[in-house]
Amino acid sequence: MTERVVLLVGTRKGAFVIESDAGRASWQVRGPLCEGYPIHDMAHDPATGRTWAVGGSPWYGATVFRSNDLLETWQQSSAGLAYAAGEDALKSIWSVAVADGQLYAGVEPAGLFRSGDGGETWEHVKGLRDHPSRPEWQPGGGGLILHTIVPHPSDRERMWVGISAVGTFETRDAGATWETRNKGVRAGYMPDPYPEFGQCVHKIAMSAGQPDRLIQQNHSGVFRTADGGATWEDANNGLPSTFGFPIATHPREPDTAWVVPLNGDDRGRYMPDGAAAVWRTKDLGDTWERHGEGLPQKDAYLGVLREAMSVDTLDPVGVYVGTSNGELWASADEGATWTDVAAHLPAIWSVDAFVLDA
Amino acid sequence: MATVILPRSLVALVAGSERRAEVDGETVAAVLTRLDTRWPGLLDRLCEPGPVIREHINVFVDGQPADIGTAVGSASTVHVIPAISGG
Repeated sequence: MTERVVLLVGTRKGAFVIESDAGRASWQVRGPLCEGYPIHDMAHDPATGRTWAVGGSPWYGATVFRSNDLLETWQQSSAGLAYAAGEDALKSIWSVAVADGQLYAGVEPAGLFRSGDGGETWEHVKGLRDHPSRPEWQPGGGGLILHTIVPHPSDRERMWVGISAVGTFETRDAGATWETRNKGVRAGYMPDPYPEFGQCVHKIAMSAGQPDRLIQQNHSGVFRTADGGATWEDANNGLPSTFGFPIATHPREPDTAWVVPLNGDDRGRYMPDGAAAVWRTKDLGDTWERHGEGLPQKDAYLGVLREAMSVDTLDPVGVYVGTSNGELWASADEGATWTDVAAHLPAIWSVDAFVLDA
Repeated sequence: MATVILPRSLVALVAGSERRAEVDGETVAAVLTRLDTRWPGLLDRLCEPGPVIREHINVFVDGQPADIGTAVGSASTVHVIPAISGG
C-alpha cells in the first residue's frame, strides 16, 4: 500500500502541515495555518483522523484548534481550560496527547486538563495540582509548564507527565493522585543535587513495547529508568554536553533513541562548536554516536526546542528536527544522514510525524 | 442597541462571527456575554475568567478607554482592538 508522511509543525507564527511520499525526498509545505496563532504542540489521532494544535496568543490567550481534515478547516475552543476563580490565569498550552480516546493538554502555569469530546470542552485533572509539593514548584527558563505527557499504552490508569522545573510525576489511578518520579535524576543547579522534586526535565520518551523503560533529556543530562521512573540512572555517556531539549525513541527498537545536544545551559545553548548534529543511541544511552552528515557543520549556532523532534513509523524510520530559527530537517535513514525540508519557517516549537495511507 | 466593532483577527478565530454587531447590554461585560451567546467562544478569546479583559485587548466605549464594567448606552459604539504589541 502506498503511504505518505505528514509532519505537523508548530511555530511561533502558526501551524504548518508538510507532506511527502514514503521516499521522504520531496516535501510540500502548507501554511501558516490557525491564523498565525503561536503553536506549542500538535497531535494526530489515526483512529479518528482528528488533528489538534495547541498554544497561546498574547492577545487571545490559550486555545485548542481541532480539525477533521488536517487543518484545511478548523474550530477552536478553550471551554473549561481554566483554573478555579481566584487561581492563576492560564497562559498557554504546551502539550497535547491522545490516550485511550481521551485528549490531554499540559498547560502553563503547570497543570493537566482532559477532554472527552475531542477538545471541544475540557476538565481540570485536579489531582496533580493537589500534590503536596505544589506550593514549592518553581518555573524553568520557559516558565512553569507541563510540557510532556506520556500515557501508558495499555494501562489506562497510568500516565507520566513532565513539568519544568519540577520533574516527573506518575499517576496509577487515572489522575486522581500522583507521585514524584525523580530519584536518581540530578538537579545540578540545586544545593541538594538529588531532591525529591525540582528537577528540570525537558522531555521524556518511552521505549517501544516496554512501558516501564523511559528515557529523559534533562537540564542536567540524559537519564533512563527501567522501573517506570521509581529510579533513574545516568545515560549521558559520550554526549558532548549534558544539555539539550528533545528526545525521541524508535517505534520498534526499544534501545534506540535520538537527542540533540546543545553546548550547555550557561554557554549559549546552541549546537556545540557551531556544528549541527543529532546523536543516536542503540543501547539506551550506554553509548551515543554523532550524526551530522547533511547538516551545517560551520557557523551553525542553532537551537532545537523540547517538542521539535519526531519520528515516523516507516522502515527505515524517518527522524525530523526543527530549529528555533525555522529550519526543518529530515532523515530517511534513522538519523544517519540529513536533508532540508524547509529553511525559512518561523521559529519551530514542535514537530509531530505520522504516516497515512496515500 | 449598541454597535460593536470587532477586529479581523478575532472574527477569523470565532466561527460565524462578524466584524460589526448590534447588541443590547448596559455594560461591556453584558455586551460581550451576549455576543458570546450569539458566537460561542468569543468571550474566552477576549477575557480571562472573571471575566477580566485580557491584558493585550483594548476596549473603547464611544472612543474612551473602557474596562469590563464600563457603562454602555443604547446608542454607544464599542470598539474591540488588539494592542499593538508583539513582534
